[in-house]
Amino acid sequence: MTRRTLTRALVHLSLLAATVVVLLPLVVVLLTSLKSEKEMANTSGALDLPDDPLNFHNYVAAFQDGGMLSAFTNTGIILLVSVGGTVLIGSMTAYAIDRFTFRFKKLVVALFLTAALVPGVTTQVATFQIVNSLGMFDSLWAPIVLYMGTDIVSIYIFLQFVRSIPISLDESARLDGANAFTIYRKIIFPLLKPATATVVIVKGITVYNDFYIPFLYMPSEDLGVISTSLFRFKGPYAAHWEVISAGAVLVILPTLIVFLSLQRFIYNGFMRGATR
Amino acid sequence: MTDTTQKAAVEVIPAAPAPAPATRRTRLRRGVTPWLFLVAPLALLITFTYAPIVNMLAYSFTDWDGVSPVLHYTGTENYQEVFTRPDLFEVFWVSGYYLAASAVQIVLALYFATVLSFNVRFRNFFKGVLFFPYLINGVAIGFVFLYFFQDGGTLDSVLSLFGVHTDHAWLGTPASANTSLAGVSVWRYLGLNFVLFLGAIQSIPGELYEAAELDGAGRWHQFRYIIAPGIKPVLTLTVILSISGSLSVFEIPYIMTGGATGTETFVIQTVNLAFRFNKTGLASAAAVVLLLIILLVTWVQRRLVPDDKVDLV
Repeated sequence: MTRRTLTRALVHLSLLAATVVVLLPLVVVLLTSLKSEKEMANTSGALDLPDDPLNFHNYVAAFQDGGMLSAFTNTGIILLVSVGGTVLIGSMTAYAIDRFTFRFKKLVVALFLTAALVPGVTTQVATFQIVNSLGMFDSLWAPIVLYMGTDIVSIYIFLQFVRSIPISLDESARLDGANAFTIYRKIIFPLLKPATATVVIVKGITVYNDFYIPFLYMPSEDLGVISTSLFRFKGPYAAHWEVISAGAVLVILPTLIVFLSLQRFIYNGFMRGATR
Repeated sequence: MTDTTQKAAVEVIPAAPAPAPATRRTRLRRGVTPWLFLVAPLALLITFTYAPIVNMLAYSFTDWDGVSPVLHYTGTENYQEVFTRPDLFEVFWVSGYYLAASAVQIVLALYFATVLSFNVRFRNFFKGVLFFPYLINGVAIGFVFLYFFQDGGTLDSVLSLFGVHTDHAWLGTPASANTSLAGVSVWRYLGLNFVLFLGAIQSIPGELYEAAELDGAGRWHQFRYIIAPGIKPVLTLTVILSISGSLSVFEIPYIMTGGATGTETFVIQTVNLAFRFNKTGLASAAAVVLLLIILLVTWVQRRLVPDDKVDLV
């Protein structure tokens, strides 16, 4: 019995250690973001508390000088259009593949399947030329089409759900005179709500956090998204860790809020997204 | 969504739509309809996935600089360069650090998933804490850890609390910098592995544990004989994702060190070759090599563990 108690204590200790490892860097950045320039200069240790815990001076600086307003706007536009597009494209593809038999269907399915094996980073050199030749370089369109065009995981997720919708629903609608588009719009799409929620969450977080694509395709300063705008802090604020920290906290905060309010769905979404 | 729909989604195999008695016109319309739904997805798929692959293969045999209208066919010169120029090939050794980190990460994730699938106090809190880093923006993580590893920064301060006074430039030497960066990658991605394992463990029927407990099996035996075999598919998937992930590391080192002090990875190098030094041909060859390695790894995995779950039709 004592052995059991010991194991239990060790387990709790390991969990506690993990919590410290995860939270410590984040808490320190939060503390730093609340310190004044003077406090930083007097080299109070990284673990010291700020003198004034309500000093939001750095946040104002980060938000205004860092161009965070336009960054959040750009990210918002990209997020809205590309997530909406992904939902539309994913559900249409899943509907077409599951509900119809047509020539070259096997080929089409194979094309989508194989694409899932090709990591985007490896083809970026050539993708860049295509985006460039389409005249989308350095515009919001580049990330939007790239996020929409290469998401195979969401097609998988939708496909699983389309399969679970009984075909008899389609049939009876067809008897009532509905065509394929009406069936998709009035029956299939509304019933896909859980899948749509999953895709919106998984895709939304991916798009919000992506650095690679906006960094490569949108070098203009006024086209910064939150990742690239934050990255630009590296230059002008090089030694001003209190402002950089405030910027980082500003970027992390929305994620934290979404996570805390949608926790359960987010776990489920990622499990479904990754294991398909 | 309930669990029943999810199960149904996996199990129900739809019957083919009943062939309706169709006239020639309706048959034609029915033949066209699916393509109307597929035209946009297929156009995007071909434009942004397949066309690049084909182009990339073509570029890799040329000396193209990405801008000029003329490009010369140079045969396999670029590939020879990738494999023989030591400074180009070196980046593969950096992957070793991330590969080792992945092993640590998988073991830790497995441990925490097992522990937290049993009843532990504050379970949901720990779950949340372990998973959250995965959701954080990569640039923010980069800055958080740049500060963390600074001279006299968080890590040094914490160590001095324990009486260890290091004056260590954590990102100063290649070995230490790569270890630190790989550590950040564990911090960031542990949560994803953890959640995948947790999901797999929870799908194992609970009666199995009860039966095992009646037979006097301890926790270790339960893990060894019930959990480990139960999550094998997810485990192999994770291993594959880790290998291809270790080969294509980009964000964290690029943001934190810009590839300095021997932390340049394959993708950083490719991006630099293509977009900084305008060596599109050489960069394409490098990218083709990376793609082939990743496809090979995936193929090996499919061979070893035939995955019956991935069936689109």
